[in-house]
Amino acid sequence: MIPLSWYLILGAILFAIGVASFLIKRNIITIFMSIELMLNAVNLTFVAFASHWHQVSGQVFVFFVMVVAAAEAAVGLAIVLAIFRTRETLNVDQVNLLKL
Amino acid sequence: MNSSPNFNLWVIPILPLIGSAINGLFGKRFPRNLVSTIALFFPGAAFAYAVWVVSQFAGLSQAQIPHIERLFPWIEAGGFRVDYGFYLDQLSVVMLLVVTGVGFLIHIYSVGYMAEEGGYYRFFSYLNLFMFFMLTLVLAHSYLLMFVGWEGVGLASYLLIGFFFLKHSAAQAGKKAFITNRVGDFGFLLGMFLLIKHFGTLDYDKVFKAISGLPVETGVGVLTATALLMMFGAAGKSAQIPLYVWLPDAMEGPTPVSALIHAATMVTAGVYMVARSNVLFMHAPVSMRVVAIIGALTAIFAASIGLVQNDIKRVLAYSTVSQLGYMFMACGVAAFSAGIFHLMTHAFFKALLFLSAGSVIHGLGGEQDMRHMGGLRKLIPWTFWVMTIATFAIAGFPPLSGFFSKDEILWKAFSDKTHGSWIFWLIGWITAGMTSFYMFRLWFMTFFGERREAIHDEPSGGVHAPSSAHGGHSGHVHESPWIMLGPLVVLAVGSVVMGWTGIPEALGGHNRFDQFLTPVFHTNSEPVGSAANFANEPQKSESPEENRGLELELAGASVAVAFAGLGLAYLLYLRRPELPDRIAATMKGAYRTLLNKYWVDEAYYATLINPIVDGSRAVLWRGVDVGIIDALVNGAGTTSKGLSGITRRMQSGSIRSYAGWVALGAACVVAFMIWMGLRA
Repeated sequence: MIPLSWYLILGAILFAIGVASFLIKRNIITIFMSIELMLNAVNLTFVAFASHWHQVSGQVFVFFVMVVAAAEAAVGLAIVLAIFRTRETLNVDQVNLLKL
Repeated sequence: MNSSPNFNLWVIPILPLIGSAINGLFGKRFPRNLVSTIALFFPGAAFAYAVWVVSQFAGLSQAQIPHIERLFPWIEAGGFRVDYGFYLDQLSVVMLLVVTGVGFLIHIYSVGYMAEEGGYYRFFSYLNLFMFFMLTLVLAHSYLLMFVGWEGVGLASYLLIGFFFLKHSAAQAGKKAFITNRVGDFGFLLGMFLLIKHFGTLDYDKVFKAISGLPVETGVGVLTATALLMMFGAAGKSAQIPLYVWLPDAMEGPTPVSALIHAATMVTAGVYMVARSNVLFMHAPVSMRVVAIIGALTAIFAASIGLVQNDIKRVLAYSTVSQLGYMFMACGVAAFSAGIFHLMTHAFFKALLFLSAGSVIHGLGGEQDMRHMGGLRKLIPWTFWVMTIATFAIAGFPPLSGFFSKDEILWKAFSDKTHGSWIFWLIGWITAGMTSFYMFRLWFMTFFGERREAIHDEPSGGVHAPSSAHGGHSGHVHESPWIMLGPLVVLAVGSVVMGWTGIPEALGGHNRFDQFLTPVFHTNSEPVGSAANFANEPQKSESPEENRGLELELAGASVAVAFAGLGLAYLLYLRRPELPDRIAATMKGAYRTLLNKYWVDEAYYATLINPIVDGSRAVLWRGVDVGIIDALVNGAGTTSKGLSGITRRMQSGSIRSYAGWVALGAACVVAFMIWMGLRA
């Protein structure tokens, strides 16, 4: 039996990698991927706790998170396509027209 | 008192106010004729109504006087209450007739005098406004309402002195008058506060009744303090030492204004107030003495300055200050009715003097310097004759009005047992001689001898700043139009006959004026029951025969000194015109002192005004305002700007930095939770 803390440490590492790449990366698709990475890190902790405490609510939450992530990915990728069509770039630093 | 008929006294002041409002609001679009019609109609109506009121007043019984009309409660605060109401007794009747009568005449004159000036409607609006406030002042039934009128005439005076507001000196003179008056008003206010504190009311009848019940103060107490504060206010308004400095400068205003406000009516408000408060002053003998001393000093001081002035209006201005000093001296020696008598006669002859001087100035196209006049007798004969009457009246030649009133004051100053003194008489007598001298100096310099044309074209220090209005005919002298001469003639008649109302018994008269005012000035200090007729009894203990002889001697002395002044002026300014310069050269110090008005203005500047201005500039402006208040406000601004300069870096608009902050925050929260977990 793998102890709970390992799962949590793995989840924390994954989340930290997600955060770091979200902050560092310029490519909008990579940023999306790092968001997915963070979401899945959270999912991992959810299921880890669910199995540890023998409660199903953690797993239910994971489904919700997956649904939201899928919806977000659909909308987000559509936006990415739209941006790419108009601006011919995926670099977020060049998509700053609304900034002062 | 309740059975008294209702005279609707409120109508009298309100009439000029309507005229002022109409002309002030719409006058700019009206043709001049309409403006002058309105400006004349309302004061004229007020005068007519006042005459009617006085005729009704004569029918009142002794018990119905003072006649009080309360209109509505004005201020109610706790136990303190002031009504808006009017008060009519013999004193207000005299003032009412003087103000409306002389005021109306001067309005008529102004129509001619101001005909070519700009701001015609504005002038008459102010003039009517002045009438409103002055009538409020004399008809008020409480000190507070009097104060309203008091401040209001100050305002009107300020507006009219600065009428030619483009001229720097006029604007300055207006400010000077207003601020000097405010200093005095402060005393008046404090006096009122003392009255409220000790008597709980400001109504004349209640205050006087309360004071009548008190014993006469021997030392300095509350009544003396109140009376002195009141006197300080009166000194401001009536241009007495130490607050007289504004009146000579007030001559920057148009001449009718000088006549109406700064000679005939407004400046007598202080005398009126002291006379009105006679009960208060009589119960505080120390303050009476102060009033008499201030009056006597002002009289001789101003007269001495008047001796050497060259501006025709300034001579008259100092003469006014001096005559006001006489009135205060009269009040100070308990001869209130003599003071008011002089007030009335002075209103006539001084208004006449000013208006004639205005006529001279008008005829000369704005020239005011007497050294550039002379020989005008033939050129403007009407002006010459009315001016002659006024000059003889003020110099105190019988049987003109000035003789009777001035002599009454001098006699009372000499004879009054408790308040009088021969010193007051002597000062008054010398002043009478000076008065006669400077008036005849003015008369000779203006009307006799050779015409001395101004060498330079521009009138030196003339009031007529827009001198182009008069400049067209500076070449030849012309008589004023009839609309100006008419009032002069009426005033001249008044200057002659007004004195006859108060011929003293020593000269075979009955002194009706004194008897008329007696109820105001004597009953209050006696038990209320005997108020009816005993008041007429002379209170002197000496035998009447002895008194009469003495009074005649003193009257003879005044006439003699008046003749001496006339003779000296004749000698110096007509016979030997080179003599004055030589005298001035030999007594250079004295002459320069007088010419520079004893350097009082300079002394005020050095001791009061400059320190205040400098203090305000250095401490209040640079120190308090800039250093503290501005610094606080600016400091608050700079601080928040600096702080936001730090925090604005967080709001860069870059999503990634926001995310970084969120991550950092989350990391902090997690760290905190771990730390808490470790501690537990």
